[in-house]
Amino acid sequence: MQGNIACVQGAIYSGMRFFAGYPITPSTELAEGSARELPKIGGRFIQMEDEIASIAAVIAGSITGHKAMTATSGPGFSLMLENIGYAYMTETPCVIVNVQRGGPSTGLPTKVSQSDTMQARWGTHGDYTAIAVAPSSVNDTLTETIRAFNLAERFRTPVTILLDEVLGHMREMVTIPEPGEYQVINRIKPTAPPDQFEPFAMTPNLVSPMPAYGEGYRYNVTGLTHDTMGFSTNRADEIFPKLEKLRNKIENYTDEITKLRVEMMDDAEIAFISYGTVARTSMQAAAIARKAGAKVGSIQLYTIWPFPDKQLIELCARCRKVIVAELNMGQIVHEVRRILPRDIEIHTVQRYDGEILTPLQLLQKVEEVM
Amino acid sequence: MATIVEKHKSDVILSYLRPRKKFPSVWCAGCGNGIVMSALIRAIDNLGLNKDEVIMVSGIGCTSRMPVYLDFNSLHTTHGRALAFATGAKFAQPKMKVIVITGDGDALAIGGNHFIHACRRNIDITCILINNYIYGMTGGQGSPTTPAGSFSTTTPYGNAEKAFDACALAQAAGASFVGRQTVHHAPQLEKLIMKAIQHNGFSLVEAMSNCHTYYGRLNKQGDAVSMIKMFKELAVPVTKAKTMTPEELRGKIITGELHEDNVKTEFCDEYQRMVDAMAGRK
Ligand SMILES: Cc1ncc(C[n+]2csc(CCOP(=O)(O)OP(=O)(O)O)c2C)c(N)n1
Ligand code: SF4
Repeated sequence: MQGNIACVQGAIYSGMRFFAGYPITPSTELAEGSARELPKIGGRFIQMEDEIASIAAVIAGSITGHKAMTATSGPGFSLMLENIGYAYMTETPCVIVNVQRGGPSTGLPTKVSQSDTMQARWGTHGDYTAIAVAPSSVNDTLTETIRAFNLAERFRTPVTILLDEVLGHMREMVTIPEPGEYQVINRIKPTAPPDQFEPFAMTPNLVSPMPAYGEGYRYNVTGLTHDTMGFSTNRADEIFPKLEKLRNKIENYTDEITKLRVEMMDDAEIAFISYGTVARTSMQAAAIARKAGAKVGSIQLYTIWPFPDKQLIELCARCRKVIVAELNMGQIVHEVRRILPRDIEIHTVQRYDGEILTPLQLLQKVEEVM
Repeated sequence: MATIVEKHKSDVILSYLRPRKKFPSVWCAGCGNGIVMSALIRAIDNLGLNKDEVIMVSGIGCTSRMPVYLDFNSLHTTHGRALAFATGAKFAQPKMKVIVITGDGDALAIGGNHFIHACRRNIDITCILINNYIYGMTGGQGSPTTPAGSFSTTTPYGNAEKAFDACALAQAAGASFVGRQTVHHAPQLEKLIMKAIQHNGFSLVEAMSNCHTYYGRLNKQGDAVSMIKMFKELAVPVTKAKTMTPEELRGKIITGELHEDNVKTEFCDEYQRMVDAMAGRK
């Protein structure tokens, strides 16, 4: 099965019943697959007039009670960003898949890239905290999609899945899980009577229960900074807690959100740090290096945002050197530099010509820095 | 005194305003938005709609603040995108009544693409477009409905562009109900909105309204009252307009039900038919 279709399957497993999208290579199969599958299971697919409309429809679909998703690629993701900000502000769960291609602009439609990594964190205007996940195989794509939906519902927030052209179009064996095999998280519904309902209440875990429109809780949703009733506010004592809530409901739970794959790191002197398809190359390169006697390990970031500061600092504590490999001019390497102590050397392997990284290139780097 | 209190409590308008917060409104005294809001409330009340089954969607602008004051499921979205959000809401929950409140800038400039495509789909949304010829919220800039030659802060020497006729645009794009009224004609506006809500398909009600604060002042049309009186003079009912020459109609506002098509199928119904047919084939 193709990566893009595995993503559709994972979404459906998670309960996705609403998809709005606009075709763009290399994400188009996500729209096509959803158009084919959703009507069979009581779901709904709509092809909107552009990406701005697609994410708008997805957010509205979620507010009316559906698990909703859209998929796009670089240029479409750029168009969506104002409304993705709306989803952060209104705390609307939804999933946005960005099957990355080379850029800037229309760039390289059929070539691989990881150059939207920072955009998934900082793309929309204002202050907020983002969640983004990145699978590395077709099977991973299915399971990480389930995880993305769970995170979206658990934290009432948009979640970005960063695929890349190679992963979206690659075909691998996939096992579709049985119902019940993976946990599926649903949003929490309010229990208060409608006249006492506070739609954006400060709960202990900072996630407010969310009714669907039509369930008897009539409330206001606005992209303006709002109080706990959902009405716009200019009062500092209401603005500050709202923005802190957006941040802390995620950052206080980084440990729960972080997912890493750690290979051969127990005694590693050199560590690869990578994500997406590059992580597979890194893992292979580390294994080859081990056979040749070099103590190389690999850390794969399944969760890119929030950045797993604490976990990486611990894992790299005994390394002398790390190599950050990514298909861009250097995005995640900035985060690695930010957190690791000065005595760890940080090296990079970067490729941005639309081609993938090979184990050979990574091994050459190991030799160079050893 | 008791009778005054009781009368106050039984006021139909008050019974649709949000019980807990949000008045007074952000609107200038005398803004036409208030008249449109009253007509809308009366229309909804006459139809006996269940408040829980109504979703009010708007974009950004003075006009677009309206849903915030009303006791329905309200979705105050991004500038120009009200119809895109509304399409998602209606398609996701076809049993809900979805009403969009939008300004001329919101619907026809930044939201122009969503406007024509909502019309084309003929999705069952009622779109109330309040046309005050100008951008109110941002302080009086030109909009796609600013008449040629008239003044705004971005057309300080007279508008060199041409204006959209929102109703003609909607009809051409596929909307199956199109009507126009002015804020001088509140009872007629109320009836038009009622018909639009009852219509199954995309319906546009263009409400011609006064922004005396910007458009009126910049074009020397006086205060709210004189602008509303002006609408009285400019309005020509569609039946009468048919007997008039293009020269006689120049500068006039043709009002009433301009277009109705009850044959064209509605989008959500069509989708449901497709799903049912698929189930039947299995
Ligand atoms: C993306 C974006 N661009 C611009 C604005 C600024 N803006 C806010 S309201 C508005 C125009 C509103 O005009 P109209 O829709 O005619 O409504 P009115 O205020 O006249 O009722 C503009 C340009 C914005 N909020 N978002
Ligand atoms: S600025 Fe114009 S449109 Fe806005 S509230 Fe005032 S009168 Fe109404």
